[in-house]
Amino acid sequence: MPTHTFLVNGRRVQVESDPDVRLLWILRDRLGITGPKYGCGINVCKACTSHLNGRAFNPCAVRVADLGPDDEVTTIEGLPAAPDAGGAEDPDLHPMQEAWIAQDVAQCGYCQPGQIMAAVATVRAARREGREVTDADIDAIRNICRCGTYFRIREAIKEGARRM
Amino acid sequence: MTAPHPIAQSTTDLEGGSAPGTDRRRFLGYVVAGATLITAADLALGTSDAQSVVTPPQPAELYDLNDLLTHAALATSNLIAIQLHDDGTASFALPRMEVGQGITTSTAMIIAEELDIDVAKVHVSLADARPELLFNQLTGGSNTTISTFTPIRVAAAIAKGALLDAAARLLGDNLDQVRVKGEGIIEGLTGSISYAELAREAASETTRQVGVLLKRPEQFTVIGTPHTRVDARAAVTGQKQFAMDLEVPGALPTMICRAPTLNGTPVALRNRDAVLTMPGVTHVAEVPTGYAVRAETFGQCIDAVRAMDVEWQDGPLVQQSDGDVRGHLRAAQLPFVVPPIGRTVEHEFTFWFRGNSALEPNCAVADVRSDSAEIWAGLKSPVVAQEQIAATLGLPIDRVRVHVVQGGGSFGRKLFFDAALEAAQVSRAMGAPVKLMWHRADDARQGRTHPMVVSKVRASYSGKQVNTFEQRNCSVRTDFTHGLGEIITRFAAQLPVAGNYAFAQTIYLLTQELGYNFGVVDQLLNEVDLPFNTGSMRNIYSPDTRCAAELTVDDLANRMGEDPYEFRLRTARSPRTRAVLEAVAEAAQWGRSMPAGTAQGIAIHKEYKGVTACVVEIDCRPETVGRRIRNAVTGPRVTRATFAVDAGLVINPRGLEAQMQGGVMDGIALALTSSLHFRRGRFLEASWDNYFYTRHWNAPPEMEVVVVDNGVTQPGGAGEAGVAASFAAVACAYWRAVGGPMPTSFPINHQALAFEPKPFVPPVPASPTDGRNHMY
Ligand code: FES
Ligand code: FES
Repeated sequence: MPTHTFLVNGRRVQVESDPDVRLLWILRDRLGITGPKYGCGINVCKACTSHLNGRAFNPCAVRVADLGPDDEVTTIEGLPAAPDAGGAEDPDLHPMQEAWIAQDVAQCGYCQPGQIMAAVATVRAARREGREVTDADIDAIRNICRCGTYFRIREAIKEGARRM
Repeated sequence: MTAPHPIAQSTTDLEGGSAPGTDRRRFLGYVVAGATLITAADLALGTSDAQSVVTPPQPAELYDLNDLLTHAALATSNLIAIQLHDDGTASFALPRMEVGQGITTSTAMIIAEELDIDVAKVHVSLADARPELLFNQLTGGSNTTISTFTPIRVAAAIAKGALLDAAARLLGDNLDQVRVKGEGIIEGLTGSISYAELAREAASETTRQVGVLLKRPEQFTVIGTPHTRVDARAAVTGQKQFAMDLEVPGALPTMICRAPTLNGTPVALRNRDAVLTMPGVTHVAEVPTGYAVRAETFGQCIDAVRAMDVEWQDGPLVQQSDGDVRGHLRAAQLPFVVPPIGRTVEHEFTFWFRGNSALEPNCAVADVRSDSAEIWAGLKSPVVAQEQIAATLGLPIDRVRVHVVQGGGSFGRKLFFDAALEAAQVSRAMGAPVKLMWHRADDARQGRTHPMVVSKVRASYSGKQVNTFEQRNCSVRTDFTHGLGEIITRFAAQLPVAGNYAFAQTIYLLTQELGYNFGVVDQLLNEVDLPFNTGSMRNIYSPDTRCAAELTVDDLANRMGEDPYEFRLRTARSPRTRAVLEAVAEAAQWGRSMPAGTAQGIAIHKEYKGVTACVVEIDCRPETVGRRIRNAVTGPRVTRATFAVDAGLVINPRGLEAQMQGGVMDGIALALTSSLHFRRGRFLEASWDNYFYTRHWNAPPEMEVVVVDNGVTQPGGAGEAGVAASFAAVACAYWRAVGGPMPTSFPINHQALAFEPKPFVPPVPASPTDGRNHMY
């Protein structure tokens, strides 16, 4: 079986695996990184949202063989070490996570790692266009929350963006 | 050793008892033998005696579902215990399940209040199945706080009393000279001492009964103060563990290949050997629901399920579609019996099947050995699960350990234990531990659904007076076999309602209360027994019943030429209802002028010992309805929601607000977008882009929750209280915005199928590989 090498949360990993296995299962079942959740396996629910080289992506829809040695995967566990985490009061948190706590967003919490990773990527995408995140940007986020925490998510994204 | 424990309140309190109109505050509990201080109380404490209301026209007003659930506990009284540790923290194993509704937080707050300790120092875990508690370990009917509030307070207050006792002894002071200074420190005349130092000193070698006086509500400093969830940090850092995150030795990922038709059964697996040689696969086994495969990763399970070549026996409903089901429901509808007086309005409503899937799919971990079994799962009725799993495996109950894990949502799903039972069967068949998970497509297609309902309403009126109001709900049978049904079996005979109601009828009557002075009111349920996998969804019957009733209320108001709000205010039965109506109308600016194609809608609901009212604003203008988002249902948008709630004594206003916000999102989904389509024995939905629960683009950008305090001193329920009034308010707003005939089919978009159904064989879709092309 081939060996696959890439970076996860700043650490270089080598995994022997059938090349077709999607990254979500490498993270969860092989590496024990369980922050990214399963909710559909077909890139719809977005519960598994993580970052690949700083951009939001869904590891349920990427084969492990499609990662190269320089590809850097960041899951919710690695977010506090992101370059834009400096504005956090607590060094073990990203400002977006702090905003989430301040707004008491989570209910069951199952969707929230994905929501936070999507929120950070949405703010970054707006900044790349030289602007701040808008309500229209938030409207376009596809992550489902079956507990219906959308209103507090909206407030938290705006607060987190201010501190990012 | 049974003398009442001395307590540190004034003699006036001890002698005076409760003032009239306040709650009883004096109770008995226990100091339990242990190495550190352990105190306990009977879980059945604090249940009110038979009530003395005299003229209730509707059963729910007299004796609602919560009284039933609370009284069901009486016969099986048992102890719940709080332990103080020598690091100054307290711990408590709650015999209920946390699924997001916030009961671990509110329970920690209740303990912190009576123990005078920081909320952060209270650790609330979920108790394993405790068979001795029988029906007193069921999480349902939004009953947790209603039923556990008093016993938890009693145990905590006894703990504080024992700490004060020990402090006085150690400091050489009299009991009336020591007091809690806060922060877990007790101070006396000569010095101070911490809870941590006292944990062992206050321990008892024997178990003894002691009396205690609880705090007066005016003394509360934690209860009623907004508090962030105790697991907020764990949730946002990915540390919060759900069943599939547990590392149980040897429990490898496992999935089941399921039939293309609902409840179809396996006949033969034609390529077992080939499947067994696929990468990562370790075991294949037949179980009653299909063919299970265990592999190194879930991804390899999905591949194996897709590769299976299976012969199936069709399920029993293969000739049926949801239109046929509607026909059965109509045919079984009970007749109206109250003679109309004056002019009559009559409406028939259809509420299509809805999915009660949580975002976390059905899942469980099981390790079944020849003489024992251990299960980990999100379970709201763990005792019933334990009994059934033991019976299925042929093991004595005490050889089956059932651990309750926090759930990623429930909405009714986790009242059942389908995955836990299946996991036990699979583990037994394979002779290996398994981590069983349903694919999302399985969850939507073979999982439980909220039953379809046809509801008829007839009302009659003369002048400005409604004389009669009748409602007939005919529903596909709701499965209550998770334990709620068994509670009813035991206690139905004791209910103060006349007649021999069926279980469901009893639940229906216990939860429905119209809330208006409409003369003769008569609401009845009938059920058709079709072999669907059902389970009540969040708020059981109320969302559908209220939607039908409140649209009819708007119709009556129209006919009388009255404003929907003024009409409701004039006819509301209780001052509590009037108070929430006034609060919501003011906060929402009811009656403000709105552009054509947009409108406000208003509705009320009364349940869970509380009252709610909702006002929404909806935008049905073409540019909004037609807005485009890839693979999404957009449609009318609720642009603003205002929700007023009187939930009795509120433990955590922040948590209550969150539950109401979530309930509003459910209400929007029920009114506008979310239903299942059943065609020739198959549910078509297989994805969250097929089943349109409220998404970011449907959620209101403006929202306010108003907590109304009506001076009630007992807590009500919160988890489900937000749904019914929201659904009804959205439906009413939609009708006012678009005009024309009353909408009577919900959700309003059900008739037009907005997606291409995924294939049924193989039963689960392949995972895409193009994720790198969709990065942002
Ligand atoms: S599990 Fe990856 S998007 Fe749903
Ligand atoms: S918090 Fe439960 S699914 Fe979002």
